[in-house]
Amino acid sequence: MRTCLVVDDSSVIRKVARRILEGLDFQIIEAEDGEQALEICKRGLPDAVLLDWNMPVMDGYEFLGALRRLPGGDGPKVVFCTTENDVAHIARALHAGANEYIMKPFDKDIVTAKFMEVGLI
Amino acid sequence: MTPLDYEFLRKLLKERSGLDLSSDKQYLVESRLLPVARRTGLAGITELVQKMKSGAEALTSEVVEAMTTNETFFFRDKIPFDHLRDAILPALIQSRANRRSIRIWSAASSTGQEPYSIAMCLREYGPALSGWRIEIVATDLSQEVLEKSKAGLYSQFEVQRGLPIQLLVKYFTQLGEVWQLSADIRGMVQHRQLNLLQDFSHLGKFDVIFCRNVLIYFDQETKAAIFERLAKVLEPDGTLILGAAESVVGITDTFRPSQERRGLYQLNPARGARPIGAAMPLGLKVVAAR
Repeated sequence: MRTCLVVDDSSVIRKVARRILEGLDFQIIEAEDGEQALEICKRGLPDAVLLDWNMPVMDGYEFLGALRRLPGGDGPKVVFCTTENDVAHIARALHAGANEYIMKPFDKDIVTAKFMEVGLI
Repeated sequence: MTPLDYEFLRKLLKERSGLDLSSDKQYLVESRLLPVARRTGLAGITELVQKMKSGAEALTSEVVEAMTTNETFFFRDKIPFDHLRDAILPALIQSRANRRSIRIWSAASSTGQEPYSIAMCLREYGPALSGWRIEIVATDLSQEVLEKSKAGLYSQFEVQRGLPIQLLVKYFTQLGEVWQLSADIRGMVQHRQLNLLQDFSHLGKFDVIFCRNVLIYFDQETKAAIFERLAKVLEPDGTLILGAAESVVGITDTFRPSQERRGLYQLNPARGARPIGAAMPLGLKVVAAR
């Protein structure tokens, strides 16, 4: 079973994302901020990361940079999932190595479409 | 809604649009038509039917449009667009090298996601098509969806269903809450109102026809008649693309499924040798002649 790390400081968002992704046959690991997520990735890389942007301690953008510098860190497919919905943020994320980008609010159809787009399902 | 109201609507929709509602689609009628009734200041479906019976033509058109508008996404089902890029376009670039033009029809184009996905696909194809004359014709029964399509404005939800983020950034501009497709891509698509039940030979010949998830609403006889007429506007080596759950099997032998690529259909050469109309059931000619 493939794994997806869900990184968001909102427990509600993590719960919604978990329900959707479990429905798509992913095993879910949760993290509340970028630093926790990075620690998890150092122990073992997931297949996918659903990543919020604005979080305390370490934000999603900083996490993405750190992940991509880890050995094998270019492997996981990273899908941003954030309220930042302007072109400048999207372009920055893609430049930093994000594979896809979801603008909140999202639903099951959007998550499914985006995960299909990057070849995860 | 009384059973008589439902019967009236079924008959009307069949005549006007070919939409073939089974006897258990009351919920669909209510969910689509109650908003129309309310907007017009009517209490419910019964009142709506009354008003239509008294000859309210504009309202009747609105009802037909509300019932026949379908959900659509960018790059819906993905695979047909992969086929377009990987098989259909390379073949056309070879076979049309002299005339350097390609004509594609998006039949029942709804709010534009399909014709614009085709347009983006062609733009992304790169220099092999530069200098070529590309015509994408988008037709739909509903004037309302055609207007939305022309405007090229989509909600944040709509641009996230099927559209890769790179293409969003490349071809769309954010205007507050909505996203607008670039004038360049919009300019590749011509919009025309068209009822598939009526003659469409005036559209000319096409190299590719996308006719997805629309024939499912018609009965077998009507489907067969439409296939006959689609065959007449498709180039001999052209490709017809149907929806993922659709097929010609058991309906017509005018087209045959592609051996290698699912969802693609070519004209059946064996069939083309027969005199035109020989295999067309009598009733269909009436539809075709409308």
